[in-house]
Amino acid sequence: MLTFLTRRIAGMTIVLTFMSFVVFMLIGLMPGDPIDIMIASNPDLTPADGERLKRLHGLDLPLWERYGNWLGGALSGDLGFSRTYNRPVLDILLPRLGNTVILLGLSSLVAIAIAIPLGVIAATRQQTPVDSAINLFCFAGISVPPFWLALIFILLFSVTLGWLPAGGMGAPDAGLIARLDFLVLPVTTLTIASLAGYTRFARAAMIEVLRQDYIRTARAKGLGPTRTVFGHGLRNAMLPLTTIVALDFGALFSGALITETMFGYLGMGKLIYDSILGNDFNLALVGLLLATLVVLIGNFLADIAYAVLDPRISFRALEAA
Amino acid sequence: MSAAEPVFGRPTAETPLFWQRLRRNRAAMASAVILIVVASLAMLAPAFESLLGVEATRVNLFNQYATPGSTHWLGTDEAGRDVFVRLLYGGRISLLVGLVAALGAAVIGTSIGLFAGYHGGRLDTLLMRTTDGVIALPLLPLLIVLAAIDLTKLGIPDGIANSEMTSLYRIVFIIAIVGWTTVARLVRAATLSIRTREFVRAAEAMGAGSTTIMLRHILPNVVSPIIVATTLSIGAVILLESVLSFLGLGIQPPIPSWGNMLTNAQELATRAPALAVWPGAVIFVTVMAFNFLGDGLQDALDPRSVRR
Repeated sequence: MLTFLTRRIAGMTIVLTFMSFVVFMLIGLMPGDPIDIMIASNPDLTPADGERLKRLHGLDLPLWERYGNWLGGALSGDLGFSRTYNRPVLDILLPRLGNTVILLGLSSLVAIAIAIPLGVIAATRQQTPVDSAINLFCFAGISVPPFWLALIFILLFSVTLGWLPAGGMGAPDAGLIARLDFLVLPVTTLTIASLAGYTRFARAAMIEVLRQDYIRTARAKGLGPTRTVFGHGLRNAMLPLTTIVALDFGALFSGALITETMFGYLGMGKLIYDSILGNDFNLALVGLLLATLVVLIGNFLADIAYAVLDPRISFRALEAA
Repeated sequence: MSAAEPVFGRPTAETPLFWQRLRRNRAAMASAVILIVVASLAMLAPAFESLLGVEATRVNLFNQYATPGSTHWLGTDEAGRDVFVRLLYGGRISLLVGLVAALGAAVIGTSIGLFAGYHGGRLDTLLMRTTDGVIALPLLPLLIVLAAIDLTKLGIPDGIANSEMTSLYRIVFIIAIVGWTTVARLVRAATLSIRTREFVRAAEAMGAGSTTIMLRHILPNVVSPIIVATTLSIGAVILLESVLSFLGLGIQPPIPSWGNMLTNAQELATRAPALAVWPGAVIFVTVMAFNFLGDGLQDALDPRSVRR
């Protein structure tokens, strides 16, 4: 167990460090320089002041040396300031992270809660119209552009019917319940994107399980079809789904970026997008790293869930993998 | 393969059997027809322009938001441009990006998969860990960073870096360099099972180099998964292109793409909801057709996959 933890944390550290290097280098190639932007927006600053400021902030150093400085600062807990907000980046990122976690968590739960029964229904009624209808629904879910789906929802439920708000978050001091109105459309949009994949996978996994000998045994000893499927089949079929859900976290975060942007939901995805477009590079960099960390932790938790759910898998086996 | 016509009253060669299976799949056939129609319409965009007497790029502020009629089949947009013809031109771009980026990703993925699968060992572990890492990453924010890079800082002259066509090449490039993972995993898996076969061993014994073995002996045997994965990824690429163009980071106006036609749709949602509906509906139908076709190809190419 301990070896497993150490190895996974080491792996995550490597990925994060690598990501920070790549993103830092890429951000060095972004249009505009923070100091140039400062000079452009303040007529009192002369180019000489600009040079001085660049030296002061170490911006005249080569890129890799600047990365070294940044990394040193980051490791000692100084992640730097946001250019547009003039505050430490973590102060801005952490509340946004909370909002994104709510969005991701809710839509994952809803997606799984719908995908499992749909998958089971499709698997137990193979080649029937019900199966085909579910299959069609899945293909539609995979193929629909998420931002367009959001647009259609806004047109339908906010503009035409006026049932739900087209975007925003509600009053910040209102509780989660009071803000539910604002969550319905974003969560639905994000759910549909992942639901389709999960359902197809749940169906395939269930079909695989239903062909096993122990299912035939259960049926042979007189167990009804419902109890066979739910008592013996479901748990085994749902194990591989944990892996799929875990592998999907990155894609889910990408979906959250689109959904948040469309609905003006103040989450991390929208913040990263806005900060890239607004040349707030330090915020973008730390935001991207934090998003990666969230995804990695999600993967990690799913691995643990896998081992906990399946008594055949021990942490030793995970270590060997 | 006309020499391999049915001998015992049933087709024996792989090819006719494959066609037979594919033709029986109604969803895949309907998708193929839809894709042919969409592609032909996109090809005929200039013909429609002269037929209807409209131009995709002609701005006419006196004719904003025109309702559908005999000249403007789907009406006009916020700049008075014809929506139908713009959809056709946008289709050219979106299909082109989809095909080229998916092919590029397939080439990268196939090379990595063949290499990892054939050589095995540490190289395999390293390549596959990298693949898993790329799959797990939140790719969209990374793509946004890549799309926002200032190419002049890479030493590319300003005239080229900021031209309209560059936005096209750039999007193809960045989608290809992140989209190879599925193909790489599939090709590696197939390569692993084929490299131990007798004909590969024989080629090795006869002194064939590893490149020859990979390209001449293994590659032809892993074509099926590549075809399937590439067809499916064309759909995914079209979706991704539309997202990036919608966010203002993909294909740059005035070149229309299905994604950037939707850029202003959100602000105009109350004024002209139809502008939001058409491009998205076309993306939806096209991507769905590619997905059904890919699924059908998988069933047809893989004899073991009796559709369960």
